[in-house]
Amino acid sequence: MNKDSNKYIYLYSIALVVIVATVLSVAATLLKPFQQKNIEVEKKQSILLSVHKAAEAGSAKNKAQYVEAEYEKYITGSCVVSVLGAALEGDAFAVSLEEEMAKPVVDRRLPVFICTDDDSTLKYIIPVRGAGLWGPIWGYVALHSDFSTICGVVFDHQGETPGLGAELATPEFQRQFDGKHIFDAGAVFTSVKVVKGGGTQGRPHEVDAISGGTITSQGIEQMLWDNLNYYRSFFEQQEQQRRRLARQRQEEEEASAAAQQAVAAARRIPRPVAAPLPTADTAADHTAAPAARAADSVPKAEAKRENATSDATQQNVQQEAPQDVQQIEQQ
Amino acid sequence: MEKEPLFSAKNLKLLTDPLARVNPVTALVLGVCSALAVTVKLEPAVVMAISVTAVVAVSNVIMSALRSTIPNRIRIIVQLVVVSLLVILVDQILRAFAYSVSKQLSVFVGLIITNCIVMGRIEAFALGNKPLPAFIDGIGNGLGYGIILVTVSFFRELLGSGTLWGYRIIPSSFYVANGGVYENNGLVILPPMALILLGIIIWIQNYKNGRYS
Repeated sequence: MNKDSNKYIYLYSIALVVIVATVLSVAATLLKPFQQKNIEVEKKQSILLSVHKAAEAGSAKNKAQYVEAEYEKYITGSCVVSVLGAALEGDAFAVSLEEEMAKPVVDRRLPVFICTDDDSTLKYIIPVRGAGLWGPIWGYVALHSDFSTICGVVFDHQGETPGLGAELATPEFQRQFDGKHIFDAGAVFTSVKVVKGGGTQGRPHEVDAISGGTITSQGIEQMLWDNLNYYRSFFEQQEQQRRRLARQRQEEEEASAAAQQAVAAARRIPRPVAAPLPTADTAADHTAAPAARAADSVPKAEAKRENATSDATQQNVQQEAPQDVQQIEQQ
Repeated sequence: MEKEPLFSAKNLKLLTDPLARVNPVTALVLGVCSALAVTVKLEPAVVMAISVTAVVAVSNVIMSALRSTIPNRIRIIVQLVVVSLLVILVDQILRAFAYSVSKQLSVFVGLIITNCIVMGRIEAFALGNKPLPAFIDGIGNGLGYGIILVTVSFFRELLGSGTLWGYRIIPSSFYVANGGVYENNGLVILPPMALILLGIIIWIQNYKNGRYS
């Protein structure tokens, strides 16, 4: 057949396209389970890294197995909450933040992962997602049980400039966040700012920005502010619940101690004086969110603040919805 | 017909020529765009060089095998389809079995498809030669491209970030921020400086090739 005839060209291109399409779809179907497994392991590893676990994943013989085992061991719970802090049904691990970000703020399903550390303290891991310079950036922020102190963060990106914006994925940058606070001494939400020359000692709400990565740094700041803001009602409810439980426990202990003393006195048996129990309560007084301290000293102010924040949350909900939509449209 | 040995003088020349004398980047000035984009750090540059080498070599072989059947009028489209197929396959396989590498490579996949070296070699060599020489030519040109990438990224990472392959070379105590006297050169990180570095390399290359005598 003449190689330059139309018939030959049509037949040739049809055959070529069919063959190529078949090869590609077969490859995609066969490789999909492996790829999804990789993505799942990657996500679990990021969650673990934010609480400084699974550090040896790089050198582990079977990385997937190691990460799965660590994940089983440390991540003991997860939940999905709404912007108003209400618990929702569903699997937190299956929630795609990318899809949630496209919804109006009130409809969003916000995942929380709960880590029980070796010393049985709880850590709460919040997934975050935002926009860098060239594409999306995302990560996980792990908070201590006071919901203010950051335990650790992990960030990743799709296509930030290597050597500049992409530095956000380095441990050197992420380590700066450890021990920073997202609430100030007056329990006002401050998030963590990413500023030039920041991150010096005595600045609990700032980290040093990436030099040459200004837009990415701003993106990180915005991402943290936006995403953590959605969880404020959840934090407050958890904090109130924790305080209520602590108070209950304290009352019970006092009651039982008094009962024991009464019994001892009745029996006239000299007993060694019990040292104050180093319970969570005493520890909490020093490390807990400033909210707790402020609440103990100025209950009225706290009540006012809570009203104010719940108002603010609602306002945020109304104001932010169109903003987010704009952002997404821009993307 | 007499069988030609694998590394005959002619085949060896196919391999070594693109490394220096007719380097695809410095002598033919192909693939400059990606040479600017991926050379901020050494590691992505090496990953990119390996991927391009693989794609050029395999696509050269396929096109060379098909060369007598391809209708002349749609040959560029056929080349494009074959190259895209290979790049997508490479990407999919990496994603399944070498996930961490694929995360670095994913940004550059599009750059491989549009890399002029790939189509340039198919047009200039594979369509007129047998599969084996085409394969050797692809390897040679991929490596020639790689040498330039590594050279440029060596200087850019060293002067721009003070590191090589992610390891710190210039001690952090030298830096102004830590009380030293040294500061990284911000211009080196940006694409214009890559172009200037590439220009210098092309100048040296042309001088060695005797273009100015």
